[in-house]
Amino acid sequence: MTGHDHSHEHSELGEMDLRVRALESVLTQKGYIDPAALDVLIDTYQTRIGPRNGARVVARAWVDPVFHDWLLKDATAAIASLGYTGRQGEHMVAVENTAEQHHMVVCTLCSCYPWPVLGLPPTWYKSAPYRSRAVKDPRGVLADFGTVLPESTRIRVWDSTAEVRYLVIPQRPEGTEGMSEEQLAALVTRDSMIGTRRVEAPATPGSAA
Amino acid sequence: MSYVTHADLGGQPGFGPVTPEPEGELFHAAWEPRALALTLAMGATGSWNIDASRAVRETLPNYRDLSYYQVWLGALEQLMLQRGQVFPDEIATGEMRHPAAPVARVLQAGNVPAVLAKGSPTERAAPGPARFAVGQTVRMRAGKVDHHTRLPGYVQGKRGVIEHVHGAHVFADAHAQGQGEQPQWLYTVVFDEAELWGDGATRQNLAVSVDAWESYLEPAA
Repeated sequence: MTGHDHSHEHSELGEMDLRVRALESVLTQKGYIDPAALDVLIDTYQTRIGPRNGARVVARAWVDPVFHDWLLKDATAAIASLGYTGRQGEHMVAVENTAEQHHMVVCTLCSCYPWPVLGLPPTWYKSAPYRSRAVKDPRGVLADFGTVLPESTRIRVWDSTAEVRYLVIPQRPEGTEGMSEEQLAALVTRDSMIGTRRVEAPATPGSAA
Repeated sequence: MSYVTHADLGGQPGFGPVTPEPEGELFHAAWEPRALALTLAMGATGSWNIDASRAVRETLPNYRDLSYYQVWLGALEQLMLQRGQVFPDEIATGEMRHPAAPVARVLQAGNVPAVLAKGSPTERAAPGPARFAVGQTVRMRAGKVDHHTRLPGYVQGKRGVIEHVHGAHVFADAHAQGQGEQPQWLYTVVFDEAELWGDGATRQNLAVSVDAWESYLEPAA
């Protein structure tokens, strides 16, 4: 088999795989990177830093009025008090959804996203359809998620154009009055903290209490 | 004008519906987490700043045909090629064929948690008093610039209201060009949907905000 034929037999993903391996190999040989650090980085964002962090922030805000007010006043400090700080969350702002006002976050210019509380952004958040439409047709975008808001609910879209990162505090659903902070955190989804979905009440109200 | 960004997508038509995906789905190919980690590890060497890397990403000629991590990887290769840290024959073969160019530091596995937890805050001492105050009406600067900027096209020339003053932050436009941090006051500016999209657009009961550095703004009546 010639080299030419060989390259054609690789799928695009196969070619990307080879390209990344080649680069990693060169950078390691040159001493620019510690390969073990790559494994730690990947493990961190696959298992340690993700939307469960943000869900804990939201659940705390739902049950603790002092934390709630702190979060709205100084989100960076309030979130740091739960241990979530750093890369792509250096300057945090929390915005709270109500029946009157619904917040939604986008980065039209790239993919700015609050990593310490939500982890890596989902593919749709980084995609052209979301980035182009969120600021002009947010109700259409919400419909793509199956989310329908009353016309009377004012929508506010936050375009993350600098290094400030936004966390949406979704509305606490009805029927969750008896739930613990931990049970509440389990209800909070990533998409609800970006603002493309609402938090649904548990299927059987009160069953978790 | 030689600088062309392909990333300024706000309000652009024709991209179709958004496709949601499950919360646990982070990567779609085995090479993607490696590309992410390589980018973060090389970023940690201090060879460039985040604004410079965004500039290289958004100007990749085939930006709109590439997947997200293809953009990252392509930009990473460019950043290192520009600095003589790697060469085309090395990228092609995966073998070191030229001496290493020194880097300021190497991210060691044991330091990863501390480095991520520290991040890179961008707030700086204010260069002087803020020119604008909460509640003030401003107009966004209009017109193309010949460098990376964080002023999206869809708000250029539009009137908005200052809603929040964030302190002074590293100015992305200067930082991306290697001109230092040149911190400026940063504001959240909020726009009504009719101002952005005209009276003819379908009303959504919508307001949109951007975060904008002071030099993006002019006073407006």
